[in-house]
Amino acid sequence: MSLDYVKFTPGFEQFMPKEYRDMVEHGPFGKKTTVSQMGSFKEILEEHPMCAGCAMTLFIRLAIIAFPNPEDTITVGTAGCGRLAISQAAIPFVYGNYGDQNGVASGLSRGLRLRFGDKPKDVVVIAGDGGTADIGFQQVLHSWFRKERFTTIMLDNEVYGNTGGQESGMTTRGAVLKMAPLGKKFEKMDMVTMAKVAGCSYIATVVPNNPRRVESVIKKAVLIARDIGPTYIQAYTSCNIEYAIPTDKVMEDAKTVEDDRYKFTEYVSDEAKAYLAERYGYKEFMPKAVPASVTTA
Amino acid sequence: MSKERIKISPDLYDIMPSDYQDLVSSATYGKEDRGWKDIGTSKELIEQHSLCAGCPESMAFRYILASLPNPEDTVMVGSTGCTSLVFPMVAVHNIHSLFGNQNAIASGLKRALSVRFPDRVKDVVVLAGDGATVDIGLDMTLQAWFRQEKFTTICFDNELYANTGGQESGLMQKGFVAKMAPVGKLFDKVRLPEIARESGCHYVVNCTVSKPSLVEKVVRNAVLIAREIGPTYLQLYTPCILEIGKNSMEGLQEMRDSEKPTERFAFKEYISEPAKQLLAERDAKAKEKKAAAKQLVS
Amino acid sequence: MDPTSVIGTKNKKGQVFTDPRIMMREAPRTPSFYTGSEVIKEAIRRASIDVMIAYPITPQSEAAALIGELFAEGYIGDYFRGESEFAVMSQCAGAAFGGARVFTTTAGPGTMRAMENFPMWAGARLPIQCIVTCRGINSPLSIQPDTIEISYLMQTGMLVWHAETAQDFYDWILMGYMVSEEPEVHLPLALCCDGFFVTHTKDVVDLTPTDMCLPPYDPYRSPVPCMDMECPPVRMMRDPFIMKSNYISYATHASWQQEVWAAAERSRKHTIAWLNGLIETEDVDADVLIVTSGTAVSQGREAIRLLADEGIRVGLVKIKTLRPWPEEELKEATKHATHIIVPEFNVIGWMAKEIKATIPRSERVIAGPRVCGGMTMPPEIIVEEIKRALGVRSGTLAGRG
Ligand SMILES: Cc1ncc(C[n+]2csc(CCOP(=O)(O)OP(=O)(O)O)c2C)c(N)n1
Ligand SMILES: Cc1ncc(C[n+]2csc(CCOP(=O)(O)OP(=O)(O)O)c2C)c(N)n1
Ligand code: SF4
Ligand code: SF4
Ligand SMILES: [Mg+2]
Repeated sequence: MSLDYVKFTPGFEQFMPKEYRDMVEHGPFGKKTTVSQMGSFKEILEEHPMCAGCAMTLFIRLAIIAFPNPEDTITVGTAGCGRLAISQAAIPFVYGNYGDQNGVASGLSRGLRLRFGDKPKDVVVIAGDGGTADIGFQQVLHSWFRKERFTTIMLDNEVYGNTGGQESGMTTRGAVLKMAPLGKKFEKMDMVTMAKVAGCSYIATVVPNNPRRVESVIKKAVLIARDIGPTYIQAYTSCNIEYAIPTDKVMEDAKTVEDDRYKFTEYVSDEAKAYLAERYGYKEFMPKAVPASVTTA
Repeated sequence: MSKERIKISPDLYDIMPSDYQDLVSSATYGKEDRGWKDIGTSKELIEQHSLCAGCPESMAFRYILASLPNPEDTVMVGSTGCTSLVFPMVAVHNIHSLFGNQNAIASGLKRALSVRFPDRVKDVVVLAGDGATVDIGLDMTLQAWFRQEKFTTICFDNELYANTGGQESGLMQKGFVAKMAPVGKLFDKVRLPEIARESGCHYVVNCTVSKPSLVEKVVRNAVLIAREIGPTYLQLYTPCILEIGKNSMEGLQEMRDSEKPTERFAFKEYISEPAKQLLAERDAKAKEKKAAAKQLVS
Repeated sequence: MDPTSVIGTKNKKGQVFTDPRIMMREAPRTPSFYTGSEVIKEAIRRASIDVMIAYPITPQSEAAALIGELFAEGYIGDYFRGESEFAVMSQCAGAAFGGARVFTTTAGPGTMRAMENFPMWAGARLPIQCIVTCRGINSPLSIQPDTIEISYLMQTGMLVWHAETAQDFYDWILMGYMVSEEPEVHLPLALCCDGFFVTHTKDVVDLTPTDMCLPPYDPYRSPVPCMDMECPPVRMMRDPFIMKSNYISYATHASWQQEVWAAAERSRKHTIAWLNGLIETEDVDADVLIVTSGTAVSQGREAIRLLADEGIRVGLVKIKTLRPWPEEELKEATKHATHIIVPEFNVIGWMAKEIKATIPRSERVIAGPRVCGGMTMPPEIIVEEIKRALGVRSGTLAGRG
């Protein structure tokens, strides 16, 4: 986007809503803002109609701050709690049918690449666990098989939150929920392995407790998706309503779950490592300096 | 089904088609050690078919139907594709409803049969093409596995959409030029056997149908494990000779070429721990029985 | 970007972006002998398509694969096979959201599998064109021509046109983009034909020059923002309407639905200009009229010839667009008729129902003859229906016991 788009026509400043003025004057477009600066700039997502204390909102806020180029980013979502917040962000949000987000994103990312050539436009899918692993599963996997270059983020609250708490494929075995009156009979789906077998170039699991880590994985995922291939982030974003977590215990729960079965994991393909190092100067992926003794020999 | 069910009333015997008479008198329903060797000496559960001449799918059908351990209590589920031209001629109940929904139909079917016949064995076997299994039906295929549905899924992998005239499918090899892949397929053959393992299948085999004895073995294993433990998956190479430009007598060679150790259909088998145990128990029992029989003779 | 600014320049295949009015109405035409599928390919060659997404289903597979060849030759920006019709229509939506001119094709069960997407396309105002080569959707499976799926498409908010011949098809594919991309219309178009009868038969079609093509789609003429981050970022919604059960939310949904249908209404004038009217008529002063769409029209013409030999005068109304529905045109065209015969290729007779709901004295409508499941419609059965209506005796048709 040319940043001119977020400027006012001279003379109209005073008629614009305060919110919009803030966005132009203090928004993150064209700047490199980070999560550590939260509170000192106008965020792309501020208001939302989600339940008080919902961890998903925090995660979405962090994710949007972490976008490397918000002025050239389009989000794609689907039915579920997350879209209630994402649709209020000041960047375009594409919504089709429940579960078709990765199909829509495939077309969108191809259409944008066709129209804008090498100038990056980042497409980021953000959808629930039901949307990603159940009803949208086929399109998620096929977009990975085809090596579509965009990022898929799963907001994993381990339940159909938006429709009132039904079992999803990502629910853990044994959990008693609506539509699982005797407890869920089968294991939580292993989407990380699916992503690996299906050919994702970057995969990470995170919880929202550590903002810097969220920021780091989102940045890597979006950058890698620009050129290398599909990337996948699976974030634990508890549903405090359906799992009856008191709002002041949401972060504690996330920590417990992280320690127990949602450890931070990161897979970066070799090609993606080289790309991050060469193109974006990621030190952690630079080839190890060859010991002097070898070079002098 | 009890074999009684298909018997012909004596008064009507002579007016029944000879095909049906044969089925009653010499099909191998209920025969314990039925297998591919019965072909030629008994009435097959399929004889005619409307596939292209020499199509390896027809061999696969014959071997599978000869090997089903329990055809009198087996219901098959198909999908749209070349296989759907064959199913109407198969002497086992089979369902065709839509393209790609075979594993969803089978999930409901298997559960209904378990509810209705709690004390009986009723096997459900899905048999569909690669487009049906991995493309349009992928979600239903995998979700059935995640849910640990107890039936067997067989994919006739001819690496393309044959029935609609040879378009690219997810199981096609990268680079192959086909309809809808005008510059060659751009991504790899989907690694479905691996995905099957990761999705919870207890028995996964990737092979060709060049050897009837092998087909018999894997079909029997797959059906038994599905009956007792959980989902099983067979991916069988049945080349579409028509679309890859082979003659009707070249299908067998094509399969032999593709099953060499370094090729994509080299025999691969995965068996989960509980399934291994089950097979071991079965083999031990068979051995015991054989030994007992020997003792009787001697 | 003003699309007219590219008029006269060349695309990478050397085709000249041409004013569509000149291309369609004035440029020389070359008669060519092609199958319907090939005609689709030739129209698409000249349509400046950015993205085509394909999925096999008879009888559109051939056309969809031929367009793959166009992609390989460089006429289309991107092309791939999706994994199901539901996925394909979603992928098409994504490409259209991103500002591309999008084309796809489907048929029968594919149309049904994709169905959730069609009202979504209309509501999102995506001017995608989907060719529907109609075939049966029933169980047991059938691949034969049958137009029943059109009755579902008519309620989605899409524009729905029904081609009779390959020539219609050729012209309407190109004109279709011109109508559906009008800013005040901006709706998807389902361009239907009767499978096999049109797709798989050869016909002489007058083609526009190969070196002329439509000007590219300009996504900034859309009534809703193009999702490419090139327009001012909007907060999509302040309060998602789905969250609310209050009057404002109902009113928003209601008015948007009305707006979608109003946009279809506004397509009338553009469609009339491009297609020369929503209907075509012959001899509507006759007492008996055949009124229908698609290849049933061709069969009607034959029946009219047969009846003329016997001195029975019958007129004809060919309905070209089903959405928008030519209500006023039909009232006018049928005002003298005493008998209105509606032959159809489907079991339910949706066309007859639509007509009955439109014209005064609907008892004049005879809902038939109808064939389905792939049956052909010999003109003789239309003749028979008309004679029966008129009380004229005729010999029994062979096989009609
Ligand atoms: C085709 C279709 N089926 C069902 C629904 C109803 N629906 C809306 S949101 C939702 C659940 C969302 O769950 P998930 O994707 O896990 O997101 P969450 O709300 O938990 O964040 C469902 C089932 C729908 N909108 N469309
Ligand atoms: C919803 C729907 N989409 C498309 C089709 C058309 N169709 C029928 S068979 C077939 C291809 C089958 O390919 P595959 O599953 O690989 O089996 P094969 O014919 O190769 O054995 C297709 C696309 C259909 N019947 N229904
Ligand atoms: S229902 Fe659950 S996931 Fe949805 S907003 Fe409320 S707490 Fe968050
Ligand atoms: S088209 Fe191919 S797969 Fe189908 S019957 Fe013929 S040879 Fe076999
Ligand atoms: Mg959820």
